[in-house]
Amino acid sequence: MDLQPTDDQLALIEMVTGFASDRFPIDVVRSFGEPNGFDRDRWTELAALGTFGLALSEGEGGVGLDFIDAVLVHEALGSALVPGPLLAATLSAGLVDGVLDGSVLPAIVDIPHDGPIIVEHFRSSDVLLMVDDDGVRVAPSAHAVGIDVVHSTDPTSPVSILESVPAGDLIGGPELAVAWRQRGSLLASAQLSGNSTGSTNLAVAYAKEREQFGRPIGSFQGLKHLLADSWIRTEIARSSVWAAGVMIDESDVGSVDRAVSGARLTAARAATENAKTCVQVHGGMGFTWEVDAHLFLKRAWVLETVFGSVDEAAEIVARLYAAD
Amino acid sequence: MHLRDSESDAQFRSEVREWLRGAVASLPEPPATEDWPGRRTFDAHWQGLLFEAGYAGINWPSEHGGRGATPTEHLIFLEESAAAKAPDVGIGFVGQMHAGPTIIAEGTEAQKSHHLRGILTGDHAWCQGFSEPGSGSDLASLRTRAFRDGDDYVISGQKIWTSHAMAADYCEMLVRTDPNELKHKGISWLIMPMNLPGIDVRPLVTVHGSTEFAELFLDEVRVPVSNLIGEENDGWRVANVTLSFERGTGFVGELLDTTSVFRDLIALARSTKRNGATVWDVDGIRHEFGILGADLDALWAFTKRNVSQGARGGMVMGSGSGFKVAFATTQHRLGDLAIRVLDRASLSLDDVDGKPTGELVHSKLHAFAISLGGGTTQIQQNIIAERVLGLPRER
Ligand SMILES: Cc1cc2nc3c(=O)[nH]c(=O)nc-3n(C[C@H](O)[C@H](O)[C@H](O)COP(=O)(O)OP(=O)(O)OC[C@H]3O[C@@H](n4cnc5c(N)ncnc54)[C@H](O)[C@@H]3O)c2cc1C
Repeated sequence: MDLQPTDDQLALIEMVTGFASDRFPIDVVRSFGEPNGFDRDRWTELAALGTFGLALSEGEGGVGLDFIDAVLVHEALGSALVPGPLLAATLSAGLVDGVLDGSVLPAIVDIPHDGPIIVEHFRSSDVLLMVDDDGVRVAPSAHAVGIDVVHSTDPTSPVSILESVPAGDLIGGPELAVAWRQRGSLLASAQLSGNSTGSTNLAVAYAKEREQFGRPIGSFQGLKHLLADSWIRTEIARSSVWAAGVMIDESDVGSVDRAVSGARLTAARAATENAKTCVQVHGGMGFTWEVDAHLFLKRAWVLETVFGSVDEAAEIVARLYAAD
Repeated sequence: MHLRDSESDAQFRSEVREWLRGAVASLPEPPATEDWPGRRTFDAHWQGLLFEAGYAGINWPSEHGGRGATPTEHLIFLEESAAAKAPDVGIGFVGQMHAGPTIIAEGTEAQKSHHLRGILTGDHAWCQGFSEPGSGSDLASLRTRAFRDGDDYVISGQKIWTSHAMAADYCEMLVRTDPNELKHKGISWLIMPMNLPGIDVRPLVTVHGSTEFAELFLDEVRVPVSNLIGEENDGWRVANVTLSFERGTGFVGELLDTTSVFRDLIALARSTKRNGATVWDVDGIRHEFGILGADLDALWAFTKRNVSQGARGGMVMGSGSGFKVAFATTQHRLGDLAIRVLDRASLSLDDVDGKPTGELVHSKLHAFAISLGGGTTQIQQNIIAERVLGLPRER
C-alpha cells in the first residue's frame, strides 16, 4: 500500500503545473470562452505533452502509465482551470484518430433520458462522442444540429444545446459505456479536487495581502477558520479521488463504483464550497467579473454534473454500502 | 501508487488474522463500563496476550521491547483487529501511545528499564495529567506547582479531565517548576506514581453518565527528582516529542469503530419500519447515508495517505489536525443521522425493541470527545491556518 505520489508522479504533476502556468495563464483561460476563442495551437501543445495518452500503452502511441497518473494530471489541470474537453480527449484518445495529438477536438455527451442535451465545447469540436446505455458512438460534429448558447454559465466552458443527435458509428458497446462513465466521472472529480486547491490558493494569497483595520484580513480568525476548512475539504477530496484512481488500476481492492461516486461527493463539495469561500474572502472584489474567484465556482458547477450528479452519487454509495 | 498489500504485508496480514481469531475467541466477557477493576484486569489480560505473541508495542523500536513494525504493518494490525472485533487499547492508551514513546525518546536508561516493560505487558496503566481547570487550549499557562525539596519535587495543584485516572498506576504530569517563567518556559515533565500520599482522585461524570475521566487534587505530593524526564524546565519540548512519532495511525481504531457503527446503522435503518415502509426507504435518510459513506471512505483513504507518508518518514504538515477536524465533523453528522433513524426510540438509553439505542446515543455524544479532546476543532483550525496556509497570527 502506498497512497502518496511517487517521485515520478510528483515530477509529472510539477511538469504539468509548470506548463499550465506558462501556457494557460488565467487571461488565456478566459479568452477560450470568447467567440472563436478556442486556441487550437495551445490545445495541440497540451496534447504534445502526452496529456491524453498517459494511460495508453506505448504501442498505442501513449505514455504507458496508469490511470492514476491521468487522474493526477487532471487534478493539476483543474487547479489551473485549463479549459477544453480534457476528459473527452483522455477517454477517446485510443479510439478516435487525431484526438491523441490534438488535431481532432472531441466533445462528449452522456445522452440524458429526458431534458435538454447540453454539450460543453461543442461549437469548437470536430467530433461528437455520445454515451448511452448501449455503448459509445462517434459522429462528425457537423452532423449534429446544435444551437450555441450565447451566455454560458461558466464563461470558459461554452455550451451548445443539441436539437438532435446523429446516429454516428458505434465504437464500443455497453461495457465501454460503463467504463467511460466510471472513468469520465473520476476525471471530472479529479478536476474538481484540483479546482478546490486553485480557489484556496487564490483566497489565501488575497487574505495575506488585503488589509483592513490596519492588518491583513488573513489575521482575522473568522477568515482563518473558513480557509482552514477549505484546506481540509481539499485533503479529503483528493484522498478519495486518489484512492478511486488507484482502484481503477487495481480493481480487486474494493468497490470501484463506490469509490468513484464517493470521490464525486467529496470533490464536488470541496470545489463548490472552497470557491464560495474564495468569493467571500475577496469581499466586494469577489463579486466582480475581473477577479477570478467566480471562474472557479462556475467551472465547479459544470464539472459536478459530468457523468453523474451528487445526488446520484450519494444514492450509489448508500446502496453499495448496504449491499456490502 | 498502490492499494494492494505487498507480498510481505499480505503475509503479515494473514499471520495477524490467524492469531487474532484464536486470541479473541479465548477472551472472557468484557466487564461493565463502571467496573474499573474489571476493566483494568480485562485490558491488562489482552495486553498480556499481545505481549506474549510479540504484538505489544507494535510500532515501538525493537531495542525497547517493541515489534518495530512498519507504519503499514501497524495499519494492517489495527485493521485486522477491528475486523476480528478485538479489544481496543483501552486503559493502555496513554502508556502505549504517549508516555512509553516519550520515555523511549527522552528517558534515562534507569527510567526505560523501570517503565517500558510494564507498559508493554499491560501490568502498568498510565494517565495524562496535562490539562488544568484554567489551562485547556492554553495549556502552557498551567499552574500546578512543583517545588524542589532535596531529592523530591513537592507538587500542589489541580488537574482535570484526566482520562482513566481511576485505574492508572502512573500519571505523566506537566508541572510548573519555575514560577517566574511564563508559558512554555518553566514547565517540567514528571512521572507521578498514583499511589502517593496527597493525591485525591475524584471521578468527574461525563455526558455519558460514566466516570471515564477524573479530577486530580494534589496536595504536597512528593515525587522523587529521578522521575523527571528530560531537563528541568524543558517539559514543553518533551511533551511535544511524541508528536514527532506520529505516523498517521493515531485515529485508526476510532475510525474503524465509527465505520462499524455506520454499518450497524444501515442495518437498523433497513429493518426499522416507518409509515408502511422502512426508514431506509426515506430518500433524505439514504442520501445522508451516501454522504457519510463517502466521507468515511475518504477518511480511510486520508489515513492511508498519512501512513504512506509516515512510512517515508515524517508527516505532511497539518495532516493530523486536518484529519481530526474532518473526522469530528463526520462523527457529529453520523450521530445526528443515528438520532433520525431511531426517532423517538432515542429517548431511551435502554434498548428498545432490541435496537441498540443506548450505544448509538453514546456514539453521538462521543463525537464531542473528538472535537474537544486533544486540541479542539478551533485550535486545529488555527494550526492549519497559521502553520500550513501561513496566515498571520492574530496578535
Ligand atoms: C473526552 C476527553 C478526554 C480528555 N482527556 C484528557 C486527559 O486524559 N488528560 C488531559 O490532560 N486532558 C484531557 N482532556 C482535556 C482536553 O485536552 C481539553 O478539554 C481541551 O484541550 C480543551 O480545553 P478546555 O476544555 O479548557 O476548553 P477551552 O480551552 O476553555 O475552550 C473552550 C472553547 O473555546 C475555544 N477556544 C479556546 N481557545 C481558542 C482560540 N485560541 N481560538 C479559537 N477558539 C478557542 C475552544 O475551541 C472551545 O470551543 C480531555 C477532554 C475530553 C473532552
